[in-house]
This record gives sequence, C-alpha cells and structure tokens, in this order.
Amino acid sequence: MSGTFVGMPAFPKAAHEAVGNTTLRANLRHATHTIRDKRAKAVAELDDWALLREAGKQIKDHTLRHLDTYLVQLEETVTAAGGTVHWAADADEANRIVTHLVKETGECEVVKVKSMATQEIGLNEALEEAGIAAYETDLAELIVQLGHDRPSHILVPAIHRNRGEIRDIFTKEMGEWGRPAPEGLTDTPAELAEAARLHLREKFLRAKVGISGANFMVAETGTLVVVESEGNGRMCLTLPETLISVVGIEKIIPTWRDLEVFLQTLPRSSTAERMNPYTSMWTGTTDTDGPRAFHLVLIDNGRTDTLADEVGRQALRCIRCSACLNVCPVYERAGGHAYGSVYPGPIGAILSPQLRGTASEIDASLPYASSLCGACYEVCPVAIDIPEVLVHLRERVVQGGPATRQGNRVVLKPAKGHAAERAAMRAAGWAFVHPGALRAGQRMASRTRRFHPRTLPGPGRAWSATRDLPQVPAEPFRDWWQRTHGKKESGK
Amino acid sequence: MSSRDIILGRVRRALGEAPRGDAQTSYETAVDRQYRSEHGSRTTEETVDLLAENLADYRAIVHRCQDEEALPYLITRLLAARGPQYVLVPPGLPPEWMSAADPTRVHDRAVSTTHDLDKAGSVVTGCAVAVAETGTIVLDGSPDQGRRRITLIPDHHICVVRVPDQVVSSVPQALERLDPTRPLTWISGPSATSDIELDRVEGVHGPRTLEVVLVSGE
Repeated sequence: MSGTFVGMPAFPKAAHEAVGNTTLRANLRHATHTIRDKRAKAVAELDDWALLREAGKQIKDHTLRHLDTYLVQLEETVTAAGGTVHWAADADEANRIVTHLVKETGECEVVKVKSMATQEIGLNEALEEAGIAAYETDLAELIVQLGHDRPSHILVPAIHRNRGEIRDIFTKEMGEWGRPAPEGLTDTPAELAEAARLHLREKFLRAKVGISGANFMVAETGTLVVVESEGNGRMCLTLPETLISVVGIEKIIPTWRDLEVFLQTLPRSSTAERMNPYTSMWTGTTDTDGPRAFHLVLIDNGRTDTLADEVGRQALRCIRCSACLNVCPVYERAGGHAYGSVYPGPIGAILSPQLRGTASEIDASLPYASSLCGACYEVCPVAIDIPEVLVHLRERVVQGGPATRQGNRVVLKPAKGHAAERAAMRAAGWAFVHPGALRAGQRMASRTRRFHPRTLPGPGRAWSATRDLPQVPAEPFRDWWQRTHGKKESGK
Repeated sequence: MSSRDIILGRVRRALGEAPRGDAQTSYETAVDRQYRSEHGSRTTEETVDLLAENLADYRAIVHRCQDEEALPYLITRLLAARGPQYVLVPPGLPPEWMSAADPTRVHDRAVSTTHDLDKAGSVVTGCAVAVAETGTIVLDGSPDQGRRRITLIPDHHICVVRVPDQVVSSVPQALERLDPTRPLTWISGPSATSDIELDRVEGVHGPRTLEVVLVSGE
C-alpha cells in the first residue's frame, strides 16, 4: 500500500500517543457522535433495513463466489461501451499503468475525485515522481493534501481537523497551489467551503484528465457509479477529455437491479442522508457527452489473497461507508492515524492485515486494535462480522499457519512477540490433561498466596500495568467441593 | 502471462476446487429480495407531496405550477429574481418554457469551452424521473436536459418535473425506469459537504441553488 505509512509503529504505541492529544480527541468525539445519532435516525426511516442489509450481503457474497465470471463479463460490457480495461496485479503495476495513460495525453496535471483505491496504491506520490501534479478535489482530501497530512477516516479524511485548523491550513497553503484563500477568511464552514470552491474552480475548468475510483461497477451493463456530495466528482467525471478510473476488483455487482439495495443502504450508512447530493453513473463513453476516452484499471493488490481466506473474505463485501468507524470506541479515542493505513477503524483492522499481510509490526498489531464490543458488526450495511475476522486474524498472528500472499500459498511463522503467550497456553493445555499435576499446582498456589507479586514480572508487566491480577483463593475450588459436597457426589 | 490471467488465476485458486455452479443460475436464488419496492402506501398526490417535502428538506427550493401555460411566467420570475445575464438551455427544451424569459439564451455547442459555459449564471432543464422517498431528481441527458456539464457549471439550476408522470416512490422504481446506457446524474438538493466536523453545509462545486418546479400535466 501507500509508502506514506512505511515504518509506522504498532497500534498500541501510536494510539498511546494519539490519546494524549486532547484537541484530536475532542474533534473526533464531536464528529463521531454527531454522525452516530443521525445515522440511526436515517436507518430507522426504512422498516425493511434488516432485509436490505441481508440482501446486500447476499449480493456481495454471490459476486465474490463467481468473481472470475463477473470480472470477465464486466470487461466485455465496458469494452463494448467504448471503454478500455486494464488489469493491475499490485500497486506498482497500477501506478505504472495510470502514469503511462496520463503521459500519453501529454498533460502534466490531473484532477482527482476522492478514491480509497488510489490512496491505497499511493498514486499521487507515483504521479508526482513522474512530474504529474495530482489535485485532490474532495474538500476533506484537499484539507489533507494542503496540510501535508495523512487521511484519518474513510469518508472524511480530515475528520481530525476542526474548523479553526482548516482555516489556518487554507490561509497558509492555498496560495502555494493556485488561487489563495480569500482575505479575512473566517472559520465558518460555509466560508471554508466557498474558499475551496474558488480555489478549485479554475483547475476543474481547465482539466484535461480526471482520475476517479468507483463505488460500484455493474457487470451486466458495464456501468460505473460514483456517489458523492460536493459536485467535485461530477466535475472530474464529466469535464475532462480523458477519464481514468482505478477500482478494486471487489467493487463489482452482477446486475443493474442490484443497485437498488446499495443506493438505499450506502448514503444512510455513510453520511446519514436519504440520498447523497450527487450520484453519477456512466457506461463507457457517450458520443457527445463527457470524456472521449475512458480507462478502467482493475486492481488486485491483495484482494485475491483476502478472497482465499474463507473467514477473512467477508471483508471484501465492504462498501466503504465508514459507519463502523463512527461507532467504534477505539477509533473515537485513538483516531485514524494510529491504524497506519488508508483504511482505519474496525474495517481497517481486518482489511489492512489481509491486503498487506501480517509481516510488519503495525499489521500484526491491528487485529488487537479492538475491544470486540461488536458495535461495528451491528451497523455494517453488508453485515461483515468484524469481531469474528479480528479473532481469526489474531489466531493467524499468534499461531501462524497457511495463508496466501501474492497468489502463493505460504505457511506463516508464529509471531515473535507472542512466545510467552504460546508457552503459557501450552503449559495450561498440558496441566488440564494431567489432573494430578493440576491439583498439586493449585494447592501450591494457594499455600504461597501471601508471597504472590501484585504485578507480573518480565513480558507480563505490560499486561498487569493496567489490570489487577486475580487473587488466588485460600483453598482450590476442587478441594473445597470435595470437602463440602464430596460425599453426596459419590452417592449419586 | 498477462496480469489479467494472473488475477483471474488467483481468483480461481482462491475459490478452491469445490464446484460453484453457473453464476447466472445461482444468481437467481442467491438473493432474497423480500425488501420493499416502496415504503408505505400513498396516493399519487401524497407521493408528489412527499417529493416536495424531501426536496425541501435538503434545501432545494420547490415551486408548484398548476398547468403548463403558467410555467413560462414562473420560469421568468425565477430567473428575474436571480438576474443572470445568460441562461443555458438544452437543445430540446420546449421553447415555450422560455418564451417570456429575459436573459440571453446560450446553447451548449460542441465547440463551447467550459470557460464559455462558466459565463452562464443559470440553467433550465427537464428531468427523466424524480424519486419521492429520497427527494431526488435524475437527469439522463435527454434533449430537454442536455449534456451533463450544463447542469454542473452554472450556480443556479431550475429543473422542471412533470407531476405525477415523472414521479416514482422509491429508488427501486426509479432504476426500473432508467436506461443504464445513458449517462445518469442523480441530484438530491444543491451541492453539499459534510467534510467539516461531519456537519452538512450546502454549496460547494455544483449549483448552489437548486429550484425544482413541479408542473401538473393535463
């Protein structure tokens, strides 16, 4: 994934630093609580929500089960409609394809619609290296780009910034990239939005190349769908002469009709609206309307590896609504940056270690970035059982075992950091099948209870730093039972 | 081996050896479509009222017009209140709609640049379908709606919806009426953003004022 995140510390360390930042915590608390209540209200308007959720899950599961068939069908329909389909096995290949396509147009700047896929592959950095300027046009992405910052939320990448901080970024940075912020810009959201409108307008009107992602791709018709709010998406999708869409292979749905489910569940889950302000749908190219050239770059980049895992593959149902982030108590406190990935929050904790593998420190720690409270599962509009996948991935980290990386079956070694845990579990396993040893051990523990330390030594120290060790009773349960009920039991 | 073959090969290996059956056949039974095709039961009139209510809820300005004869006067009034020098019109807009309007009409020609179109302050169009439950109008590029860019660049969009003919209750009903081969734009209120503290603010890049005229047909 994006090079921006290389060398991230493990989640606990990053989160520890983040929770000390009181401005960040206040910003996140305010934003997530605002959207939480609104989402609940928007969802409650539909009395068939549970049925829509189940149908969404079934459509996605069916598609994944026949992904090869639908990818081939999509390639045919997009091509028949005048588009060109490219396939990229990983991020580098996708970046090479897009860079080449832009260079072919002779242009050295592009306008971009917010897209998770292009962030995941680090497209902006790759284009910059090739001397192509990529302008983010979504308001939150613009705030992140101008602030030399990293995204911290799927839907609202600048959620960690409050209006005052945004005003400061605009005033300081806009002039470097184009039209400066208006004199005397205040921090009212309407004025900030106006500043972004003025700053980007010139770029939209002169843009020759647009780059987007897509929320859905319809195999049956070759239609792509982008769901947005500001109109920057429409600008990038309709005004340029060349449109390049970079989309993960899991964004496919079989039929036009399937949109009726997701166009009801996505806006309500993400921005808590009945419908988002703008949804654009296009099928290849149209003679007189919009871009004359359309390229679709389908990316794998770890998705087929994820598909190979029978428990973990449900993460590919995700429609990137971000409802799970907004309800997560861990996300609310730690913020998005601690997850070390463009996919933060609960979905990120199961997606990043699957797309990237669990080799790095940050990826191995992500399955633990959860209290397993289950709120994410409850709000998920495609019913991804995130806690189930988290536990599954913890097992993979601790025990190792078979997995798929870049299409190859590999056997992962158990992670180093968990040696003590594994030794303890092995010892416990042995003791439980040797009742004599268990009894002797328990008695020994009871007799020496006065000498037990209050905190664990060595690697256990971190665990007991925030928890009380259980007190060992004066008499083991089995002895107590034998003493008080022993006779009755033998009479039965 | 091409990346296409690599990816398709990976997909097939990931899904394992177990027989999967034919995608099309299993699709028919894979999805339980018991969800509603519309929410609640309403008379035609109530559906139109709901459309008006939901449009207004997302800050579109709604006007009712009892018959087509009064429409030109309403459009004239709305344009006069706004005062643009130029107004964009799609090629197939009924000419009588604009018969009383003052601003100079501009047509979107193939040679028109985006900067040319940027001079127009307003645009007047029809629509393909309107969705009551979500307060959405959908444009499909028909002659009375024009290319997508003309409803995007001006800051003021007047959209005429013929009621009740063009109104459906729900998203599923709207999709049934639409042709996927046409470029489609679903519009629910003026452009907006939730990017500052997750609070909705109207008015970013698309038209900041959306006026919807519900005109009753004969």
